Amino acid sequence: MTVILNQSFTGISIGAVLLLIALGLTLTFGQMGVINMAHGEFIMTGAYTTYVLQKSISSAGISLLVALPVAFVVAGLMGALLEWLLIRRLYTRPLDTLLVTWGVSLMLQQLARDIFGAPNVQTHAPDLLTDNVSVGGGITLANSRLFILGLALLCVLALTIVLRTTPLGRRIRAVVQNRDLAEVSGIATGQVDRMTFFIGSGLAGVAGVALTLVGPIGPTMGTNYIVDAFLVVVVGGIGQLKGSVITAFALGVLQSVLEYSTTVSVAKVIVLVAIVAFLQWRPQGLYTLRTRSLA
Amino acid sequence: MTTTTEPTKAVTPPPEPKTPLLERLRVPGGFALGAVLLLGIAPLALSDFRLALLAKYLCYAIVAVGVSLAWGRGGLLVLGQGVFFGLGGYAMAMHLKLADAADTGEKLPDFMQLYGTGDALPWWWEPFANPLFALAMTVLLPMAVAALLGFLVFRRRVKGAYFAILSQALAAALSIWLIGQQATTGGTNGLTDIQGFFGYSLDDPVNQRMVYFVIAAVLLALMALARQLFVSRYGELLIAVRDSEERVRFLGYNPANVKLVAYVVAAGMAGLAGALFVPAVGIISPALIGIVPSIGFVIGAAVGGRASLVGAVLGAIAVAWAQSTLSDAFPAGWTYFQGLLFVLAVGFLPGGLASLWTVARNRRTRQASSGGTA
Repeated sequence: MTVILNQSFTGISIGAVLLLIALGLTLTFGQMGVINMAHGEFIMTGAYTTYVLQKSISSAGISLLVALPVAFVVAGLMGALLEWLLIRRLYTRPLDTLLVTWGVSLMLQQLARDIFGAPNVQTHAPDLLTDNVSVGGGITLANSRLFILGLALLCVLALTIVLRTTPLGRRIRAVVQNRDLAEVSGIATGQVDRMTFFIGSGLAGVAGVALTLVGPIGPTMGTNYIVDAFLVVVVGGIGQLKGSVITAFALGVLQSVLEYSTTVSVAKVIVLVAIVAFLQWRPQGLYTLRTRSLA
Repeated sequence: MTTTTEPTKAVTPPPEPKTPLLERLRVPGGFALGAVLLLGIAPLALSDFRLALLAKYLCYAIVAVGVSLAWGRGGLLVLGQGVFFGLGGYAMAMHLKLADAADTGEKLPDFMQLYGTGDALPWWWEPFANPLFALAMTVLLPMAVAALLGFLVFRRRVKGAYFAILSQALAAALSIWLIGQQATTGGTNGLTDIQGFFGYSLDDPVNQRMVYFVIAAVLLALMALARQLFVSRYGELLIAVRDSEERVRFLGYNPANVKLVAYVVAAGMAGLAGALFVPAVGIISPALIGIVPSIGFVIGAAVGGRASLVGAVLGAIAVAWAQSTLSDAFPAGWTYFQGLLFVLAVGFLPGGLASLWTVARNRRTRQASSGGTA
């Protein structure tokens, strides 16, 4: 029993990481149908931001707290720049965007290698986050994992508030639902796209900060997570947050339970088979915007 | 005032527009030129070492033929061709490892004696001792996997980016699974150190040349096959599905089946390429079939021109060549160059280098016509 509970907690914390990464993807994928392969490199940007800040601010706790907003802005600006330079020129060709952003991701990885060196670097987690909490019954929860879970939920909450209540959120939802109608209603869709990309990429930066607590920082760290995060978006459905939330946690728990009963590699294969089977039932994902478009 | 009725002339049918001789000879002529270059000039002009490299590039070109069919003509962004390349490659390598082991009188391939727990061959290795079975599997296994995935996915109208991501996830899953099964698949190392190819020692340069000829002949044959598919009714239908799937459905066709055929054929080609890659290079490993090489298969076709068969093949060869020459000389510079190549070729020249000529010609005629009316 304790084993199962412990595994579920591990699964939930894997899910929280996936969720943080997938949140930004849902935004950009949902809004523009753009598959941004460089999203993983924005995660890397966030992680390296934490590393650099820790070099200049000695206290691990303070540098981590400072890193969260800084990484959001740095990764967000990179995303907005990418949108402005390349992606807006390719709106009608979503599949080509995938390959173009893959090229960008290669260049960013090499840039990281040139600046920080090819080997992984390490940050120090604050003491508070290296402890474990015991909740009785032989179950221990790692503080760092709890922190990530809290951070993920906080991001979902903040994003929900932005989307539901602010003028920007209203415009974003309008563009997701019907781009042409939004445009004739006087919404500057180009600006909205750029802001969406800023927020989505910024969230990847925040995810990168969180990942420094659980793993090493390296030039290719983004690619390890990106495929799983895309699967979350595919299964969760486009343009709605709740689909991603449910899917991220479900995939995380499924993955960790399967890993416990089989092996890591077999678990990956089973999860993929489960996803294809799921798409038989709901080809558009868990939640989808109902439109009358044929495409 | 006289009304003159126009005397009815005998309507002569307009003469059939005659295609110029040069135009008619373009395809067979180009094919013959390619055959002469690949089978005649390259083996004479290149050293053993360079010819072996070319053999490897031609394997990538075979994959590109399939990519050109599925992606260029069918609009299916196949980001997981590494899976089929790998299945074909592993099927071939398993047989060759077993044959090598049998030659030296061993019961098990060398790596199994190192990592394996028991001394019995896993049951799913056993049929691969039969050369015919293994050869058939190099093509049939990838096609079966593609048919299953494609049937499930296309039937439910999962398309575009969703399909691309699923096929990519498949590539990731297979390479992770192979790494995990070290005792039976060689794990990260893959199946290495392959000595013989159906009784011929691969150490002998003459036999290496023979492998090259086989690969070049297969490439030419598959290009001819793909060309026939392109110009057939099916080829027209495939383009129609790419450009407007709904209209094709309204016309009474089932786009799912059209796409399935392209996907399965492309998978079979990738499998064959993987099978030929093994004797040419002597290794197959998870690193050669994961996400990154899978995207690499697509990139070559994109750079050369995805919808143009010759463009895709030449693009694949050129990118593979550039990778192995430039990445040795300037490892860092090559990665930047590669990234930039993707961005420029895909982003700003979607027809690939093959379309440069057309783009230039259109510009010239536009200038000429605007000059004429002014």
